[in-house]
Amino acid sequence: METIITVKNLSKSYDIGKKEKDAVFRDVIINTFLLPYRLLFGKRKVNANAWALRGVSFEVKKGEVLGIIGKNGVGKSTLLKILSRITEPTGGMAILKGRVGSLIEVGTGFHQELTGRENIYLNGAILGMKKKEVDSKFNEIVNFSGIERYLDVPVKKYSSGMYVRLAFAVAAHLDTDILLVDEVLSVGDVEFQQKSLDKVKDIASGGRTVIFVSHNMSVINQLCTRCLVLSNGKIIFDGDTEKAISHYLASEYEYFGHRHIKRDKKKVMQLRGVSLINKGGTPSGIVDIGKPIQIVVEYDVNRDVSHAVVYAKISSVEGVEFLKSTDKNGELRTRKAGKYKSFLEIPQFLINTGRYVLSAGCEIPDKNLVDTEVFDEIDAFQFECVDSSGTVDEHGSGILAPKYRWHTEKVR
Amino acid sequence: MKSMGTTTIIEPRRGFVSIDLKELLRYRELFFILAIRDIKVRYKQTIFGGLWAIAQPFLTMIIFSFFFGSLAKIPSENFPYPVFSYSGLLLWIFFSNSVNVATSSLINDARLISKIYFPRIILPISTMFVSLVDYGVAGIVLLGMMRYYQIAITPKILLSVGILLLTMLLSSGLGLFFSALNVRYRDIKYVIPFFFQLLIFVTPVIYPVSVSGKFRWLLFLNPISGYIEGHRALWLGSYPVEWTMVGVSVVLTIIIFIIGLAYFQSVERYFADYI
Repeated sequence: METIITVKNLSKSYDIGKKEKDAVFRDVIINTFLLPYRLLFGKRKVNANAWALRGVSFEVKKGEVLGIIGKNGVGKSTLLKILSRITEPTGGMAILKGRVGSLIEVGTGFHQELTGRENIYLNGAILGMKKKEVDSKFNEIVNFSGIERYLDVPVKKYSSGMYVRLAFAVAAHLDTDILLVDEVLSVGDVEFQQKSLDKVKDIASGGRTVIFVSHNMSVINQLCTRCLVLSNGKIIFDGDTEKAISHYLASEYEYFGHRHIKRDKKKVMQLRGVSLINKGGTPSGIVDIGKPIQIVVEYDVNRDVSHAVVYAKISSVEGVEFLKSTDKNGELRTRKAGKYKSFLEIPQFLINTGRYVLSAGCEIPDKNLVDTEVFDEIDAFQFECVDSSGTVDEHGSGILAPKYRWHTEKVR
Repeated sequence: MKSMGTTTIIEPRRGFVSIDLKELLRYRELFFILAIRDIKVRYKQTIFGGLWAIAQPFLTMIIFSFFFGSLAKIPSENFPYPVFSYSGLLLWIFFSNSVNVATSSLINDARLISKIYFPRIILPISTMFVSLVDYGVAGIVLLGMMRYYQIAITPKILLSVGILLLTMLLSSGLGLFFSALNVRYRDIKYVIPFFFQLLIFVTPVIYPVSVSGKFRWLLFLNPISGYIEGHRALWLGSYPVEWTMVGVSVVLTIIIFIIGLAYFQSVERYFADYI
C-alpha cells in the first residue's frame, strides 16, 4: 500500500515567556523604557519552553483510519493542527500526499446573520471546497442535515440541534484524500450522532485516509484500524486499536480517586479538580456500592456566567456513557466569578461492581458545542466499584445493582 | 478517487516567507465569499447599514462646514465649503474605515484562524471591500451635492478609480501591518482610531494644501495627502492640484505596502499560537 502521510521527528514547542495571550502594546512601551534598568540590575530570564510534541514519527498508508488517543494536553490537537497547517512545527517534517481536509470543529465560520443556504457556501469555501463542488453536493448536504424548510432563515434563529446538523452536514461532504477529524461526533442528538458516525465510517471505507482524534473509546474502537497513544508529546504505543486502548487506559488512569488539573489558559469556566468520596471523607478510587458515592467537582469561574452547567459522567472503560448528570436544576442561575465546588450524590446500590470512568465538565447546554470559552471536560480517572457488604450475589450481572427483590411462588 | 497530485510538505520555516501566489489563486473563492459575507452582514443587519455609509461623511461634513467653513472661514479654493470638505471626507472615511476594519479582522475571525488553514492574508484584505461599497453609496450623495451647487459633473470622475486603487494599496499595507500586530498586542485596535483622529489634521481634508504655508512638507510626508487632493481634483474638475504630491504618495504607498506585507508574512505562522 502506498504511504500517504509521513511524519518524521515532528516537534512543537511553545515559548512560555512569549505565549502571554493578552499581551498589550502598552507593556512593550513600558518595558522598552525599563530595559536599561533591567540590563543593569535585572536577573536573566530563563528561556522556558513547553514541548507540546517531541520527536513524533509515524506513517499512514492509503485507506487507513488512524486513531490518536491520550489524555487532554498530551499533544493530540497540536499534532492535528500541524498536519492541517494551522500552526507550524518547531522541528521535523511531515509529508502529505493529496488534498487535505479537516473536520475540526463543526460550525467554524458560520455567520449568525446569514441564512442556512448562505452559510453552506461560506462554510464550504472555508473548508476549501469550490463553489462548483458545493453546488453539486448541495442537495445531498441539505438532505443529510434535514433542515430544508429553514434554508432561507438566518442561522441565529436555528435551534442548537439544527445548527450542529447543518454544520456537520457541510463538513461531512468534503471530498478530500486525507481527512483529519477532531472530536466532532459528540454533537447533536443520539440519532444524529449515529448518522454522523455512519457517515464517517462511510468516508473511511471509501478508501480515504483518515486521522481521527477522540476521547470516546467506543467510537475509536468502531472506526480505527490502527491507533497511536500519545503521552507527554511522545508516541508511547503504535499499533492494533484494541491493544492501544487498553494500553492507554492502563497507563493513563490513576486510582487515587482524585485528580487535580492545571490549565494555563484562562477560560470563562475551568475545572480544577474532580474527586470521588465514598466513606470516611477522603477521596478514593475504590468505591463501596453499599454506601452513597459523592462526586465533587471543583472549578473556577473567571468571569460571571449565566446558564452554564456543571456535569459529571460515569462511563464504561470502553466509553459507553451510563450516566450524565448536570446541575441545571441547582440553585445557581448566574455564577459570579470565584472558586466553586459542586457535589453530586449517587445513591447506594445503583451501579454494579466493576470498573468505570468518571468524567466531569462544564458547558452551556443551549449553545452547546459552539461555546469553547465555557466548555471544558476531562476524563478524570477510573474507579473500581466493590461490594463490601457481600450481597453481590443478589445483584446478578449488568451495570445496575439496585436492591430489588425476587418473589417466587408456585402457581400450580 | 480524486487525487489532485498535490503534495504538502510541512516544515518549520525561517525568516521572510515569500507569498505563494499559486495558493492564493486557489483560495480566490474564499476571498470573494468572505468579502461578500461582510458586505451582506453590514447591509442586512439594519436599515442603518446603507444609511450609515451616508450619515458618517454627511454629518461630519455639516459639522465641519459650520465650524471650519462658516466660523473659521477656512478657504476652499472657491468651491462651496460643504462640497470641498465632503469630497475630501469621502476618500478619507474610505481610508480610515478600511484600515480600522482590517486591523481587527484577524481577531474577529479568531476561531477560523485557530481551526482551519487558509492563507491568512485573505482576511484583512477581504474586509476592505465593505468600505468600498460604502464609498460607492456615499459617492452618489456627492454627485447630488455637485448638482445642487451647480458644479459640472465630468467624465474625469471615472479616473478617481485609479486614486481609489492606490488608496486601497495603502490601506492594505497599513491593514496588514496593524492586523498582524493586533494579534500579538490586543490594544492596537484602540490605538488606531485615535491615530486617525489626529492624522486628519495633517491631511488636506478640512483645508486645501495652499493654506499650509511652511508646513507643507508635513503634508507631503503623509501618504494619504496626495490622494485626497488628487481625488478632489478629479471629482471637482477645476480644483488646482500639485501632482508631485500624488507622486510622493505613490512612492510612500509602495514602501508601506512592502513593509506591511513583509511583516505580515513573517509573523503569519504564529497567529494560531497567539490568537
